Amino acid sequence: MYFQKKVTHLFSGTRSLENQIDEFLDKISEAGMVFDRALRVYLSQGPSEEFNSFLNQAAEIERRGDDLRRAIETELYVRTLIPDLRADVLALLEGMDHLVNVYEGDLFRISIQSPDIPEEFHAGFLDLTETVISCVESVVLAARAFFRDIDAVRDHSTKTIFLETEADKIGTKLQRAIFASTLPLERKMHLRYFVERIDELANSAEDVADELQIYTIKRRV
Amino acid sequence: MDLTVLFFLTSGLILGWSLGANDAANVFGTAVGTRMVRFTTAAVVCSVFVVLGAVISGAGAAHTLGALGSVNALAGSFMAALSAAGTVYVMTKYGLPVSTSQAVVGAIIGWNLFSNSITDTQTLVKIVATWVACPILAGLIAVPLLKLVAFSLRLAKLHLLRLDAYTRIALVFAGAFGSYSLGANNIANVMGVFVDVSPFTGFSVAGLISLSSIQQLFLIGAIAIAVGVFTYSKRVMLTVGVGILPMSPVAAWVVVIAHSVVLFLFASQGLEHILAGAGLPTIPLVPVSSSQAVVGAVVGLGLMRGGRDIDWRLVRNIAGGWVTTPLISGVVCFVALFFLQNVFNQQVYREVHYVLSEPVFKEFAEQGVDATALRPLKGREFRSARAFVQAVDDVGFDRSVSDRALLGYARLNHIYLDPTKYSSLDRDWLSAGQLGAIQTLEGREFTHGWQLADALAVISPEWRKKGNKTINKLYNKGLDKQLDYVYRSFAGFPDQH
Repeated sequence: MYFQKKVTHLFSGTRSLENQIDEFLDKISEAGMVFDRALRVYLSQGPSEEFNSFLNQAAEIERRGDDLRRAIETELYVRTLIPDLRADVLALLEGMDHLVNVYEGDLFRISIQSPDIPEEFHAGFLDLTETVISCVESVVLAARAFFRDIDAVRDHSTKTIFLETEADKIGTKLQRAIFASTLPLERKMHLRYFVERIDELANSAEDVADELQIYTIKRRV
Repeated sequence: MDLTVLFFLTSGLILGWSLGANDAANVFGTAVGTRMVRFTTAAVVCSVFVVLGAVISGAGAAHTLGALGSVNALAGSFMAALSAAGTVYVMTKYGLPVSTSQAVVGAIIGWNLFSNSITDTQTLVKIVATWVACPILAGLIAVPLLKLVAFSLRLAKLHLLRLDAYTRIALVFAGAFGSYSLGANNIANVMGVFVDVSPFTGFSVAGLISLSSIQQLFLIGAIAIAVGVFTYSKRVMLTVGVGILPMSPVAAWVVVIAHSVVLFLFASQGLEHILAGAGLPTIPLVPVSSSQAVVGAVVGLGLMRGGRDIDWRLVRNIAGGWVTTPLISGVVCFVALFFLQNVFNQQVYREVHYVLSEPVFKEFAEQGVDATALRPLKGREFRSARAFVQAVDDVGFDRSVSDRALLGYARLNHIYLDPTKYSSLDRDWLSAGQLGAIQTLEGREFTHGWQLADALAVISPEWRKKGNKTINKLYNKGLDKQLDYVYRSFAGFPDQH
């Protein structure tokens, strides 16, 4: 009876924790979609009401993501789950959480600093955003695979690394175009700052993908 | 209740304690080492199942005196058990997983030397062979098993947390099963020698649970094992679990299973019987050690990964421990027996006498063994196996023809089938036909055990051995145990009753 209770508790607790991890990863994908929508709105309308609503949505996602991460970490420690991989999973969650923070931080910076982005650079910014979001999405898939299907981690990580390089290329091209333009230097530097901030997402995703590959080697039985 | 018996019982309890502190650690070592199962949980599960195994299944082996069977005096058993326990304690102190059974065997050899008995060289060779064979076999089983498990898990695509939950449960189950077997198989080593002198009487609680005197004896022994698990096994668990090689929880489970498979394959008489029954080749029954199986499995997995993670220094120390354990145990036992006999005036062994009587020569003639060379020794009584063997060698008889049979036939075993003792025979163990045959021979006397066996076989087919085939081995062994029980029950002369 006692044993049965223990087993039931073990499995129900595990299921709820699996759901929390899934929801946490969902939040990162969600943050990416909100970021994409917000940037498009900003480029077309500037700091509008709609942009602010996306900003609030991103802040809400970030808060929920933090709550989930803390809950997962506490649960992993309290129930001494996955003792051999706990440190890796915690580092992975921290790394993934950082991505949501960067999404939210970038939108806040745009809202505060209201950069004036000339139309000629809109396509470049959108291209960069799409690439970094795909890059982050790949690392989310890699993280999901780490929990369920370790053979797929490598595929997703490789894609992440490829997309990071692509994002670098697009960012460099965009920065060259900005600095080749007739804009005053302070505006050029302001725009460069945002290019770098957005590109930072791909760099962070790549860092997580690199670590994931190491964790995967350890995860092999 | 005889106080001496209680005093001597303490050595069995100490041996039980050291068994718990060392051997039990093998079963849960990797689970605790990988932090998948808490030490307290492991200790509780292990203790409960050791007790259950000992009381439920251990009692089945109650009539077998276990490994210490050849030690024929209580004080000698006491010292053999104490020497083995002391040796295992020292090894446990250094966190080295050793085998209690081998310490016991070492102590028996010490006793054999002291009492001028003959040590069966065949068994000795077998034991030495297991030091090499058992770890290798465990490793050979663990490697493909891990590969198979890894492959299956890859197909199953389980969530990391779910895999963690399953592995925990699997480790607890495997540990519980291992503990049960440990209790059932090793309790005879711990308490077997005290079966005949058990100071307890059977009782039942509210007509629901009944405990025979043997079960009570085994319960106490099992509790001693449980105390050993709680108080001292953690160190050995950590050596097995993390010391040799850092392991994943799934690998930890594979180690426990590989160890169980090795123990099952090489210690299961049932399996041998099934294989022989199906006309398949049998696996030789070897006394394998669980410590060696676990260490072999762990090292096997380490080698599979290239061998770089293995702490070879520790492995060397462990292997060294395996060699020194029986040696130390044997030497300690020999020296201690000397003191026990000469300083404390205790009888540490009963002399076993040998005589080449007329019936022995008749038996040889029937079997076609040329015993002419032995004629000059006819009727001479030898006070020890060593003296007898020496005399046989001196007359130039080739012992290799029938070494074991020679000792078996010549062994003096005065048996008087006392009618008053008939009622105390175990009616659950001996069949009605067997009991009837004994009753028919009431009042008769025999000089050698085999004479009684022959007489019984003539009267009842249930006392007859089957042909010398592997499939009949288990049956014949069972019959030998029953015969041994009858010899012991009726040992002595009429005037001694």
